Amino acid sequence: MAAMTHVLDADALSGAPSPTPSGDGPPAPFRDVVASDSAFRAFLHGLPGVDQVGAQARTAVLGTRSIKTTAKAWAIDTAISMVDLTTLEGSDTPGKVRSLAAKARRPDPEDPTCPPVAAVCVYGDLAGVASEALAGTGIHTAAVATAFPSGRASREVKLADVRDAVGNGADEIDMVIDRGAFLAGRYLDVYEEIVAVKQACGTAHLKVILETGELVTLDNARRASWLAMLAGGDFIKTSTGKVSPAATLPVCLVMLEAVRDFRATTGVQIGVKPAGGIRTTKDAVKHLVLINETVGADWLSPEWFRFGASSLLNDLLLQRQKLRTGHYSGPDHVSID
Amino acid sequence: MTSLFEYAPALESRSIVDIRPSYGLFVDGEFTEGGGTPLKTVDPATEEVLSEVATGTDADVDRAVKAARRAFTRTWGPMRPADRGKYLYRIARLLQERAREFAVLESLDNGKPIRESRDVDLPLAAAHFFYHAGWADKLDHVGLGSSPRPRGVAGQVIPWNFPMLMLAWKVAPALATGNTVVLKPAETTPLTALLFAEVCQQADLPPGVVNIVTGAGDTGRAVVEHPDVDKVAFTGSTEVGRSIARAVAGTRKSVTLELGGKAANIVFDDAPVDQAVEGIVRGIFFNQGHVCCAGSRLLVQESVHDEVVASLQRRIGTLRVGDPLDKNTDIGAINSAAQLARITELTGIGETEGATCWQPDGVLPDRGFWFKPTVFTDVSPAMRIARDEVFGPVLSVLTFRTPDEAVAKANNTTYGLSAGIWSEKGSRILSIASRLRAGVVWANTFNEFDPTSPFGGYKQSGYGREGGRHGLTAYLKGASE
Amino acid sequence: MSTDRLEVRKTYKLYLGGKFPRSESGRTYPVTDARGRFVANAAWASRKDARDAVVAARAAVAGWSGATAYNRGQVLYRVAEVMEGRAAQFADEVAAGEGLSAARARASVDAAIDRWVWYAGWTDKLSAVLGGTNPVAGPYFDFSIPEPSGVVAVLAPQRSSLLGLVSVLAPVLATGNTAVVVTSHDRPLPAVTLGEVLATSDVPGGVANLLTGDAAEIGPWLAEHADVDGIDLTGAPTRLAMELERSAAGTLKRVLRGTAEEPDWSADPGLSRMTPFLETKTVWHPIGL
Repeated sequence: MAAMTHVLDADALSGAPSPTPSGDGPPAPFRDVVASDSAFRAFLHGLPGVDQVGAQARTAVLGTRSIKTTAKAWAIDTAISMVDLTTLEGSDTPGKVRSLAAKARRPDPEDPTCPPVAAVCVYGDLAGVASEALAGTGIHTAAVATAFPSGRASREVKLADVRDAVGNGADEIDMVIDRGAFLAGRYLDVYEEIVAVKQACGTAHLKVILETGELVTLDNARRASWLAMLAGGDFIKTSTGKVSPAATLPVCLVMLEAVRDFRATTGVQIGVKPAGGIRTTKDAVKHLVLINETVGADWLSPEWFRFGASSLLNDLLLQRQKLRTGHYSGPDHVSID
Repeated sequence: MTSLFEYAPALESRSIVDIRPSYGLFVDGEFTEGGGTPLKTVDPATEEVLSEVATGTDADVDRAVKAARRAFTRTWGPMRPADRGKYLYRIARLLQERAREFAVLESLDNGKPIRESRDVDLPLAAAHFFYHAGWADKLDHVGLGSSPRPRGVAGQVIPWNFPMLMLAWKVAPALATGNTVVLKPAETTPLTALLFAEVCQQADLPPGVVNIVTGAGDTGRAVVEHPDVDKVAFTGSTEVGRSIARAVAGTRKSVTLELGGKAANIVFDDAPVDQAVEGIVRGIFFNQGHVCCAGSRLLVQESVHDEVVASLQRRIGTLRVGDPLDKNTDIGAINSAAQLARITELTGIGETEGATCWQPDGVLPDRGFWFKPTVFTDVSPAMRIARDEVFGPVLSVLTFRTPDEAVAKANNTTYGLSAGIWSEKGSRILSIASRLRAGVVWANTFNEFDPTSPFGGYKQSGYGREGGRHGLTAYLKGASE
Repeated sequence: MSTDRLEVRKTYKLYLGGKFPRSESGRTYPVTDARGRFVANAAWASRKDARDAVVAARAAVAGWSGATAYNRGQVLYRVAEVMEGRAAQFADEVAAGEGLSAARARASVDAAIDRWVWYAGWTDKLSAVLGGTNPVAGPYFDFSIPEPSGVVAVLAPQRSSLLGLVSVLAPVLATGNTAVVVTSHDRPLPAVTLGEVLATSDVPGGVANLLTGDAAEIGPWLAEHADVDGIDLTGAPTRLAMELERSAAGTLKRVLRGTAEEPDWSADPGLSRMTPFLETKTVWHPIGL
């Protein structure tokens, strides 16, 4: 018998190539669902429910996947390439951002085979510093905007925040949705704000932070995911990292199911970014397994999946060193940023 | 397209188990020779012979029953109930300590994935002993009045699908209630029961309290029909269950039977679809579908049939089939050539009857006994694949339009072991659950088990319950008896 | 009342589906009192009567088992009330059939009435006593409830024609099952009168069906009947009981075995005659947000 257990159908999860989302309203067949508040509400509440216990049980089983040797090496490098290396502190300085950018370009100074990360994620005022430091590397500059992390500001202020970040050189915008409006059932308000932000982004990619920790239920996570996708978000993102719980496997599962179903019905592929709380290689590998067995290989690249994290990278590097050298590494062998 | 993310082999080491070339019977605390022609037990994933196991003859069974009777009269019966409980606690702890060893051995002998033997069978087996240990000195509260008495010698015959777990379901309540045991494991999966005999020795369980007599059907019959057996407990096919019920007619033996099933798993249009699909998969592909309570009939509301079937097929494509000892395996080997033949035959009949057979692409290993997860659509209730228990990874999909039709179709079977309901509407779930003629109803979940939760069937799925307070009553006599 | 008035005799018939038909076979058999004097001709139920009774009992399952426990309790209590009013008639029949003194016959009737009351009170307590929630080790609400098996065939005791009959019938009805009863062969008259009581006590037609006749003739048909869920063998002699238990195994019926000697019907029966015809249903549901 084969030494390796194999999936019976490697193509089970693959889908059609993806057109890019267009800027003029939801894609077919969902053009009419935002025609009115009540229509939108009916649509979002008509999405299948999520049984929390069932979702937790599914991710628990996937969490037992044993990823070893070659698979682990691949997973670690893939995870590194998916990291949005993040600093979102009031104490951030240009120096801090520049050192992060250096780390992003060459995460392991001792090993040139180590891939660079996907992006550096900062506040909008420091996007210029980041983009300058990353120029020519292919690493993206992501900036949080829209009165991150609470989102509590008038729409004009939020849009100005976006325009400022883009003007500073950010090519990816991580916005937050208005959770207050969402929880109050004003879905169309939330939708329209995302549409406006998307417009303000211009060519910059838009990641829509749902802050699922404040939405609490997985039903809400699914509804918010669909809302954000219909509004033109390029990515849906779990959390700001400032609210606990942040990224959890069940939330990520529900969001992956949402992008899977969205592509199946519209042909449009949307990315997913769990952020906050993912600190270890084990966590990251679990997410990759989750992608692999929920939406498949089409999402297994930095174009479609990101980790919003700061300390995760160092653990990935330590594990990478362990795999390469055969012995355990220590914190002095990775840089403090 | 090949997957980007190929999981490297992650094999559980089999060096943790030490399989002897041959095993005797465990009678009166010792391993002894059996009088019959030994059986070979094989690894169904490779067809490799694992060991030779003794076959108990009528005389061997008689020896075992006598030992059990002696232990019942002299040691186990008179023992302080709290001390009986302590022995069971010991056994529970020993099973936890040696869980990995048992799990590997179970997967080798049975073919089930190590993930299941490690995460389901063994933890639950230990939990059954732990749960029942606590009952030993609280039997006044079982509900049979004060000081209920044990029945005496329990003759127990268990199946090959959950060898160790079924042993625990049988042995733990029997011992907790003060009975002694003669247990006959299934002929294709005797090894974990024999390892359990070692656990009994390590626990210093008095000789004769647990006796394990291996063999095939004849040995089981000898256990059931032995005149000095007071209580018969059987899990297995409805056909054998009938013959046991016939055999004990007119005797004083009490019987519990846990038999076959053809459970309906009902998916309403308001179901949490992704979890329902997981539940369908868990319902029919858990343990290769070798589960008496498997959700083998999917009853899906017509309006969501296509969506559910498409999601299900996509999900089945991600199942990992292969080496049971690989920690990432979802579906292992079919337990025996005979079972594979039966699955193959019934599946063939399904196609002949005009149902549409779907299996995922891909190849199965060359050696060993394997069957692909299979979904039949366009199944009508009259087809044999909608009525007969396949006991394999074969799902029949039927449709319904209204809740009444769902209930009628779900109950349209001679079995009544289990059922599933998937809906987000609480009042509907409770209404359907109360109308289903089935002993276990899983709503928005499936194939969950717990020692506190009574398990057993309606109709021809048998009678009596295992687990919970209910499970103890079968092993006790109340004041009126 | 003038003593020379010629009495109007009763035709003793079957009680089947809420009606009082004669046996479809047209057969009757003479019933004598304990001293061998002719009392009446009883209907001699055939296998086809048994078949019709099973159909009636099956049809009544949904309504009876689906009624609230409170409602079932009131209906069964009503049986006791109506029996009380006809206690003298029952006492006469019991005295004649069982050869008891008037006082002892009356005591037996009183005990039978009290037994209905006792079982009537059980209908809405069984779930709490036999069911409950199960503290499973996971995020699930898990509960077990007793439910009736369905249609139960009852071979009523041969000797105790009323108290024994009530003692085997009432627990079957109290648990929500419907019954097809084969009465005492030699002492069938109190059963027929009980049928008249049931018919006027709000017991829905088909819930209890009383067949006068021979357990050895009808019993095998009931034991083998695929639409009978359980069988109480109390009234079958040992040899017949073994054969019937064997037959019942063909469809895995729930079997309540008899004892070599007829039980002492004055003893407290506890739950022993109710649990054999109850199934335990366990329901799981996740607990989540």
